[in-house]
This record gives sequence, structure tokens and C-alpha cells, in this order.
Amino acid sequence: MITASEVTKRYPEGREALRHVSFEITAGEMVYLTGHSGAGKSTLFKLLAAIERPTSGSIVINGQNLAALSRSAVPYLRRKLGLLFQDRKLLFDRTVLDNVLLPLAIVGHPPRDALRRAQAALAKVGLPNRERTLPIALSGGEQQRLAIARAVVNRPAIILADEPTANLDAASAREILDIFHAFQQVGVTVLLATHDPTSLPVLRPRVLRLDQGEMSELPAAPATAVAGAAT
Amino acid sequence: MSIWLAQHWAAMRDACRRLATAPLNSLLSLLVIGIALTLPTAGWLLIDNLRALTGDSPGVQQISVFLSLDAGKREIAEIENRLQAGKIGRWRFVAREEALKRLQAAEGMADIVASLPRNPLPDAFVVTPSESQPAELERLAKTFAGWPRVAHVQLDSAWVKRFDALLRLGRLVVMLLGVLFAAALVTITFNTIRLQILAQAAEIEVARLIGATDAYIQRPLHYFGMLQGALGGLCATLLVAVGFHLLTPLVAELTQLYGTNFTLRGLGAGHVAFLAAIGAALGWLGAWISALMHLRRFA
Repeated sequence: MITASEVTKRYPEGREALRHVSFEITAGEMVYLTGHSGAGKSTLFKLLAAIERPTSGSIVINGQNLAALSRSAVPYLRRKLGLLFQDRKLLFDRTVLDNVLLPLAIVGHPPRDALRRAQAALAKVGLPNRERTLPIALSGGEQQRLAIARAVVNRPAIILADEPTANLDAASAREILDIFHAFQQVGVTVLLATHDPTSLPVLRPRVLRLDQGEMSELPAAPATAVAGAAT
Repeated sequence: MSIWLAQHWAAMRDACRRLATAPLNSLLSLLVIGIALTLPTAGWLLIDNLRALTGDSPGVQQISVFLSLDAGKREIAEIENRLQAGKIGRWRFVAREEALKRLQAAEGMADIVASLPRNPLPDAFVVTPSESQPAELERLAKTFAGWPRVAHVQLDSAWVKRFDALLRLGRLVVMLLGVLFAAALVTITFNTIRLQILAQAAEIEVARLIGATDAYIQRPLHYFGMLQGALGGLCATLLVAVGFHLLTPLVAELTQLYGTNFTLRGLGAGHVAFLAAIGAALGWLGAWISALMHLRRFA
């Protein structure tokens, strides 16, 4: 579903954000991407969302090589992705409902169907009855839920989330991660970037680690931890 | 309703909403565009009316064909036949008696005419050719001069030429004004759209990141430019109509003093539609260029 081969990203000033990064994520997997600030997580996120292009190497998503993607084809790729940005990128002058309706309007959903789907997405992330509220009136956790609702309202096959639990208290972070797990349970591929290793669940599925632009994969959770968590 | 049509409809509504959101700004923009379109439109109408005025007035673009004093009915009939066969426009025969009566009727001429031993005036034809080009009028005058019993042909070609040159100059000035103000309209719309893009940068960025195509983002801006241009065009027609409404009685009074019944020709429904369409097209062009240039920075 997502294949990165020897991806290097070098910025014009000479800084190398990613060095020969390779990985593969299969359909329905939930993968955590960890690393401290500046490790290259956001750069990788931007490359996967076709916001930036790799200097070398290739990224293939659903059979589409992003390096060969024209500007006009980029929006169609993004419609298949549920993107969550570190700064959430909500529209604060529009209501909660309007924020969720935007992706549906972009793909041209009929208004009645769009409304039904937006309401369903808000209910799924636990934000019912907040449709007419402006995002500024929501808590950090609620804003993140709203961002998730907007990301999933078009039923994407892949969710890419950049630091979705940043600046949230432990309880809210847990709830947000639970939402992602729920999506994974129904077959959605999830790549979740986080700089906070404590946010990783004990029963972690798979963890990729970025350090100074180089990627490694952490070993699976030890059996004792899994057993401990199970009890 | 198809998705394509629904998205166009939504973009149109969005453009209307943007116009209505800042009514004072919108009104000022419309006024500026309206004034920019008013000047060339009024100039064009002025030229059109001048052409109509001179075309309708006696003595202008007319050729007087004076016959020799001994021309008889047969010669007159011969010339009538030639004029009919030539299909050169309208013509009227003025008998020498009628000409004398007119002369007598003119102020201060009655005594002079009464003192004449005999009628010195010849029979004449007054021809109003369908062609109004000076060269064509001169060619016709030469032809008439060659006909039998024609003593003199009068064409004020110098005046016609001068007037024609003035009209051509006027038309050129109006055209240049039109181009200049069209460029101004494009520039105004370009800048309005640039400001809109700046004001909505966050929204555009988000839309682009969640899958909006360039067309989706540009569409409301294009509609906004078109709508603003079209309304500016209508504003121009309104300004011109008011101006003509004020001028019409004064011009009618003036032309009556010169013995002519002339009414100013204002804008018809076709002109109104044309101006709105031109405004819309220029507005769209300004919006298109602006959107193309300023939306590139969004990934």
C-alpha cells in the first residue's frame, strides 16, 4: 500500500532531512513513526502527502509513484488519504460542520448525502451536537477529533497523522489513539507520527523510528509486556 | 444535477456571497469599473450619433446636380432614368420654379427675387447616395458631370472629407480609450482577486491539502471576476443612460434651431447585453491571470 525506497530529502540550504529511507506498509496495518523533534517525521509526512517531492528515491502509494505525479494529479491522490496535520489546519471562521463538509464539497457530494456523512463522521469521533460550534470554542482534544472527522469523512483507505496527540493531556491522547485503532480495525491503514515514546501503546503494532533522517524499525513489543497488558 | 453543474452553482453562490460580504467595497469597485467602461461607451455613442446626425441632415453627403437652363423634359426624364438604373441611393428632383419659391421664402430675398427679370435658377437633382465614403462620392460626382445637359455638380467634398477624417479620428480615440479602460478593468479585477487570495490563504491552503483541484479553488474567483465585471458593465450602461437622458432634450432643441429633427440614440438592449458581456469577459480575464499567478505558491 505504501512503499518508500531509498528516499532522500535534501533542502536547498544543504540540510538532509531524510537519508535513504526505505519501508513498506501493507493494507490495514497501523504503524507508529517515532523520533525526536527534527528527526524527519514531518518531512516524511510531507513527502507522503505530496506536499514536497523527494530529492531521490521513490514513494509509491496505492501503485502511484509520487515522484511521477503531476500537479494536477496531486489532489486526486490526497482525496484517497486522510491527512491530519500537526497544527490541525482547521478553519476557525467556519463551524464544526462546515469544516467536515469541506472535503465532501471538494469531491462534489450531493448536499444531503454530504450532510449525512459529515454528521456520521462527527458522531464517530465523539463530537455530536457540536455542529454549529466554531472550532475556537472546542478544547484541544475536541479540535483534534474534529480534524480526524474531516480527515476520515471521505472514507480514505490510508490515514496519515502527524503528531495527533501533541499538546493533549494523557486522557485525551488515549481517546484519540483509540479512534485511530478503531479505524484500523475496519481495515484502514494508519501511519501515525509521534515524538513522544510514552504515547506508544503497550500492545503496539509496529514502530518505525527516525533518527537524524535515518530510519530503523523497532523490535516487536516483548511478550512479557504484551502479557502484562493483557492481564 | 451533475457534480460539475453543482460545483459551478456552488462557486457562483460563493462569488455572490463574497460580493455581498463587503457591500461598500463591492459598490466602490463596481463604480470604478462602471466609470472605466462609461467613457469609451459614451464616446462610441457620440460618434454613432454624429454619424446619424450628419447622415440625416440635408446638405451633408449629398450631391446637387444642376442642369443647364435649356434642359427640357426629355433631358430631365433621361437623367431620372439614369439615376433609377444606377441604384445609387435616394434622389429628388427640384424644379426651377420650386427653387425660386424657396429662394423667395428665404429671409430678405423676396425683394431681390422680385426684381429679377426672369428665373435664373436651373432645374436640379439632389442625390443622397447610399455610399458615404468621400472617394465614392467624388466618383459619383464625376459621373454625373459627364451626363448630358448637366451644367454643374456640387459636392462639398472637402467638408465631407474633413468630417470623415474627424469621425475616423474620433473612432480611433474611442478605440484607444476602450483598450486603455479594458486594461484598467483587468487590472482592477486582478488586484481584487489578489487581495481575496491573500485574505483566504488559510482556507485555500487547507482546501488544497485535502484534495481540492486548482479548478475547484479558482472557480469562485473566476465567477467573482465575471460577476464584478458584468455588474460594472451594467453600472456603465446606467451612467450612460442617465447622461443621455439629461442631454436628449438639449440636443433636440439645438438641432431644431438648425432645421433638423434629431433625437439622440441611446443604448439598446443589445448594447446593454454587450457591455455586460464585455465586462464579464474582462473581469474573468483579470481573475484568471491573478488566480494563475497567485495560487502557484499553494502546494
